[in-house]
Amino acid sequence: MSLTYLLLAVALLCAVSFYFGRQRAVALSNGRYSNLHSLPAHYGMYTALWCGLPALGLLLVWMMFEGTIIQTMIVADLPEEVTSNSGLLSLALNSISQIAAGGGEHLTVSPEIVEAGHRLANLNTIANAALIVVMVSVALVGLALSYRRISSEMRARNNVERLFRYIMIVCSAIAILSTVGIVFSLLFEALHFFGKVSPLDFLFGLEWSPQTAIRADQVASDGAFGAIPLFVGTLLITLIAMFVAVPVGLFSAIYMGEYASPKFRAVAKPALEILAGVPTVVYGFFAALTVAPFLRDNGAVLGLDVSSESALAAGLVMGVMIIPFVSSLSDDVMSQVPKSLRDGSYGLGATKSETIRHVIFPAALPGIVGAVLLAVSRAIGETMIVVMAAGLAANMTVNPLQAVTTVTVQIVTLLVGDQEFDSAKTLSAFALGLLLFLITLGLNVFALKVVQKYREKYD
Amino acid sequence: MAVVTQSAMTAEPSVTSPKMTARDLNLFYGDNQALFDVNLDIVERQVTALIGPSGCGKSTFLRCMNRMNDTIDGVTIKGKVTLDDRDIYDKAIDVVQLRARIGMVFQKPNPFPKSIYDNVAYGPRIHGLVNSRDELDEIVMTSLERAGLLKEVKDRLPEPATGLSGGQQQRLCIARAVAVSPEVILMDEPCSALDPIATAKVEELIDELRSNYTIVIVTHSMQQAARVSQRTAFFHLGKLVEVGETDQIFTNPKDERTKGYITGRFG
Repeated sequence: MSLTYLLLAVALLCAVSFYFGRQRAVALSNGRYSNLHSLPAHYGMYTALWCGLPALGLLLVWMMFEGTIIQTMIVADLPEEVTSNSGLLSLALNSISQIAAGGGEHLTVSPEIVEAGHRLANLNTIANAALIVVMVSVALVGLALSYRRISSEMRARNNVERLFRYIMIVCSAIAILSTVGIVFSLLFEALHFFGKVSPLDFLFGLEWSPQTAIRADQVASDGAFGAIPLFVGTLLITLIAMFVAVPVGLFSAIYMGEYASPKFRAVAKPALEILAGVPTVVYGFFAALTVAPFLRDNGAVLGLDVSSESALAAGLVMGVMIIPFVSSLSDDVMSQVPKSLRDGSYGLGATKSETIRHVIFPAALPGIVGAVLLAVSRAIGETMIVVMAAGLAANMTVNPLQAVTTVTVQIVTLLVGDQEFDSAKTLSAFALGLLLFLITLGLNVFALKVVQKYREKYD
Repeated sequence: MAVVTQSAMTAEPSVTSPKMTARDLNLFYGDNQALFDVNLDIVERQVTALIGPSGCGKSTFLRCMNRMNDTIDGVTIKGKVTLDDRDIYDKAIDVVQLRARIGMVFQKPNPFPKSIYDNVAYGPRIHGLVNSRDELDEIVMTSLERAGLLKEVKDRLPEPATGLSGGQQQRLCIARAVAVSPEVILMDEPCSALDPIATAKVEELIDELRSNYTIVIVTHSMQQAARVSQRTAFFHLGKLVEVGETDQIFTNPKDERTKGYITGRFG
């Protein structure tokens, strides 16, 4: 019986316990629900939760430890010369699990391993059966205990609410813990990397060429891992994008929110938001095949040397991509500025634009800053457009007409294809990811501070 | 406070040389008519109170007097409103300048999310009334003084206005209106969000402002109308029912509906 069936069985048991709990409460109520402390459904929910939750919790714990325990049991029986060598051990474990899964006839292994394989298959079967028995009995015990506790005085409603509060706590814990998990997985690989390359070289190095030799006789054996060019490239493209997105987004938000007739707004606003729905790959095409050649050709006319993959092209298109973020969010915050403030300003004889500049915009500023910083994070994290339009050359330049590369692009190129996971080249991707994460985190913290500082109460 | 005791009635609504007049004013929200043929004169340097039950059109009428209804979609206005004998709905009139001459104070205190100083300086700045920082300082100080707020806030001018109490905020809004040197100040239930002590202060202030400004005040409180106004106009169902000296309206109303309202039989 697979896990799916097991879960289905528990769900079925929950449904059954809901029914029984409710029935019992109805029976206790003597026909009047007001005789009970809570509604019958609360009693049903109470029994269902006590039936399902412990069983699920048990399943979780079981799944976490089952593999380790069984493996320990298998390893304990293996001969000393296998377990003492970690490489041999993992090879042996591999063969054992293949044999246990019913394959491995082609393997040439010692009889101990074959025997261990059969033992593993046995253990797995036993463990599965045990899991089913234990889970179902835990569910049944939960059902029985909670069923017996039902009485007309029992506070099922409060109980159920408390249980739901715990469920919510667990859910938020999952969200937080997975962030922590991501950070740690980055951190460990990055530390690994810093074992090979000095953090100072990484943080302050001015050259990025991660090609390391796979064989000792290759040329270009020493890679350079200076992250500065990548961050300069990221910054340059982000800046160009913001130069496009902030003014255009803000002005379109102001027009949409304050000037446009409702009819125009009803058409134009969704149209603008479609921009947000265009896949970034499509923007990438647009940047690489339309904007970049356009810039190159026109640059040539003006006598400028524009590279055919330029930061400018990528930045411009990225700016267009994030216009809807800026405009939609700023429009929302500006329309939340209360009418009384506008009236106050108009009542003093201010024109519409004066009112917008001096009253609405400052009042909406925290939200607008938030919108802009969200757009910045989006721009920093954007990969596809840059891969296609800005190139891969890690030029250390602030000239927007040249090809640059960004952190995210380098991470992609480092990890694409077959890689050995202990070379500095591959590991540097994690260090880059960690640094990028820290920068975006810092940006978000900064954004929050700004928003708090300038937040005005207006009610 | 001074109440005009003379009860001799001139032929209302005409008074000699009114500051503002409304003639045959009709207002529609879409298809709903909210004001019907309102004819009213506002006497210079007096307080005129507009009273009436909720939804009677008194606030709507007030907002016609500085064209605040322009900011609402779907409003059509017929008839004439004049300020110093000029039609304010005339095409040649700049609504921005008009509102500088006719200030407004709203029901809920609505200070801008700026400092106390910047709130008062807002009007003078946008209208270019001052050429130097000193002049601006002076206007701000006089306006706060006139609004009776200076003593309370003079040490905290750079602090946000939203930190003031409700009553102080409302007096700040009055100072803000006064700073533009308007000729008329319209007040839309200025005390409805204030406690009795703050209300008393604002009422005192209104009485003092009367010597320099023409004031029109919408109020739900008949006591307030009796306390602060020299003339009272009673609105009912979008029509101006009766207007006259405050004393006369409250002691000897001519119309049965006015009598009913002020004695509390309906409203």
